Amino acid sequence: MKNGSIITIESLIKSFPIGGGEFTALNGINLTFAKGEFSGIVGPSGSGKTTLLNILGSLDSPTKGHTNVLGTASDQMNPRVSAMLRKKHIGFIFQTYNLMPVYTVFENVEFPLLLLKTPAAERKKAVLEALEWVGISDKVKSKPPQLSGGESQRVAIARAMVKKPDLVLADEPTANLDAENSHHILQTMENLNKELQTTFVFATHDEKVIGYLRRIITLEDGKVVSDKNIKK
Amino acid sequence: MIALKLAYKNLVGAGLRTLLIVFVLSLAYVLIIYMNGLYQGWDRQARIETIAWEVAEGQYWQTEYDPYDAMTLTDAHAPVPAELEASVSEGKAVPILITQATIYPEGRMMGALLKGIDTRQKLLSIPTDLLDPDSDEITAIVGTRLAKAAGLEIGDKLLIRWRDVNGTFDATDLKIAEIFKTAVPAVDQGQVWIPLSTLQEITGMSGEASLVVVDKSPGEGTSISGWEFKGHDFLFKALEEMIKSKTVGGSVFYLIILALALLAIFDTQVLSIFRRQREIGTYIAMGMTRKQVVGIFTVEGGMHAILAVVLGALYGFPLLLWTTKTGIKMPEGTDDFGMAAAEHMYPYYSLALIIGTIILVMIATTIVSYMPSRKISKMNPNDAIRGKII
Repeated sequence: MKNGSIITIESLIKSFPIGGGEFTALNGINLTFAKGEFSGIVGPSGSGKTTLLNILGSLDSPTKGHTNVLGTASDQMNPRVSAMLRKKHIGFIFQTYNLMPVYTVFENVEFPLLLLKTPAAERKKAVLEALEWVGISDKVKSKPPQLSGGESQRVAIARAMVKKPDLVLADEPTANLDAENSHHILQTMENLNKELQTTFVFATHDEKVIGYLRRIITLEDGKVVSDKNIKK
Repeated sequence: MIALKLAYKNLVGAGLRTLLIVFVLSLAYVLIIYMNGLYQGWDRQARIETIAWEVAEGQYWQTEYDPYDAMTLTDAHAPVPAELEASVSEGKAVPILITQATIYPEGRMMGALLKGIDTRQKLLSIPTDLLDPDSDEITAIVGTRLAKAAGLEIGDKLLIRWRDVNGTFDATDLKIAEIFKTAVPAVDQGQVWIPLSTLQEITGMSGEASLVVVDKSPGEGTSISGWEFKGHDFLFKALEEMIKSKTVGGSVFYLIILALALLAIFDTQVLSIFRRQREIGTYIAMGMTRKQVVGIFTVEGGMHAILAVVLGALYGFPLLLWTTKTGIKMPEGTDDFGMAAAEHMYPYYSLALIIGTIILVMIATTIVSYMPSRKISKMNPNDAIRGKII
């Protein structure tokens, strides 16, 4: 892994079988991400953003090439190792929130800590703290169907952040939100990034998100066409 | 623990659907326990009655004696063995002499077994004290089944014909001293009981018997010269086989109920896996392995069985307890099939039956829950997260 970086991607190719042939979603990607980055992979639909994010999150594996995420190389990955990596070090934020409908807000946020077998007292403290970060402490006992889109996504952020992961991967986190909620969510994530030094990687084509990013990686047809750092 | 907690929450969240499945499954529990309890109760009751009325703790059979072959009765008699004489005089053993006979009730002719029994015996429940060996006329007692078939009442005279030890026919009138009611057809149907001494005298088989009922088992297969001991294992074989065949027949009924409940669980699991793809994908994204997720869904399905135990206990316990108190009225004529059957059958629910049923249903439910859950292990988590799996 290169100095200071927590993610290294070298000559990454990812292809999927389609019909009798193959579709190459990512074609020769080389990237590194440093700790504390607030970066985004942008590009049109089908450019490979989500596929790249999935590989970073060890939900998928490269067809060719090499990745190293938080010290775990792609050739070391197996279902158990990748599950452990996600459980301990990676938080996910989804476009559709993916909250468990039968759990309360508290229980949804508590879930990653349950998987980590965190003691109950610590769990409670961490959950309440995470809910405070995202400003939704008054909805502790509510269930997802009772929440608005913006509230649901804030719960999802709290769930991703509660274990204080090294890396948060957010796939189109504002796609289902109005402008006001989108800005609120993005400000929350920006604050958490600054406060906790958590690395955020977004996959998005939403201009509102792009406006907050400090690094923009543009993908087109599975290739990096630009990689810009934005001074803020 | 996580799997249990999640499973419980998901089941509660599913509301009415869970309640319906749990109810059908609880019906399976209660019906399996009830049906088997009925057969166990029948078995138990039949044993108790048969021991009381017919076999006590076992019987020594004269080696020629075969209750299923009437032709053997001609030779199936011998002097009561010396080894049993002391027990007989102490009332711990009861010799019974059996011979073929023909009775002529109301001018009709019926085959019968003429049985001689010690009138002082207390080992069997047959009311032999109502027989009078010293009377001028031969007194006899019969069961209600024979009395009904032959149209007999107490005080009636019954013409009977038999053959003595030399094969010579003889006949006389018997006086019906008592008609007794018993749940054991083997001491009733076609049987006429008279004092042992009288039968020995009229057949010329003095001091002889065909079998000796004893109050203590010397062990299966024990023999005294010319006599072989038959214990409960042997004597109840036919009864057990009949109950076993009835149990198998009854099983079909509750297996249908169980199959319906399992089908509902299978269906729910399949539906759940498709409906909850996002949830499955999210579990995996948060660091669960596919195996763990399969575990959650399996536990969730299996938990129906646990909730069904609770629900089944709520209504089943008082219901089953009530049946043990009031019994089940048996249809008229059930005992005519030749099995000991009282008017009311009292189910017997053993702990082994209850625990065995719970384990059986839980295993079946868990297997049925696991089968569709295996599909999760082949799911692509990326598609699952987006709910894109068809």
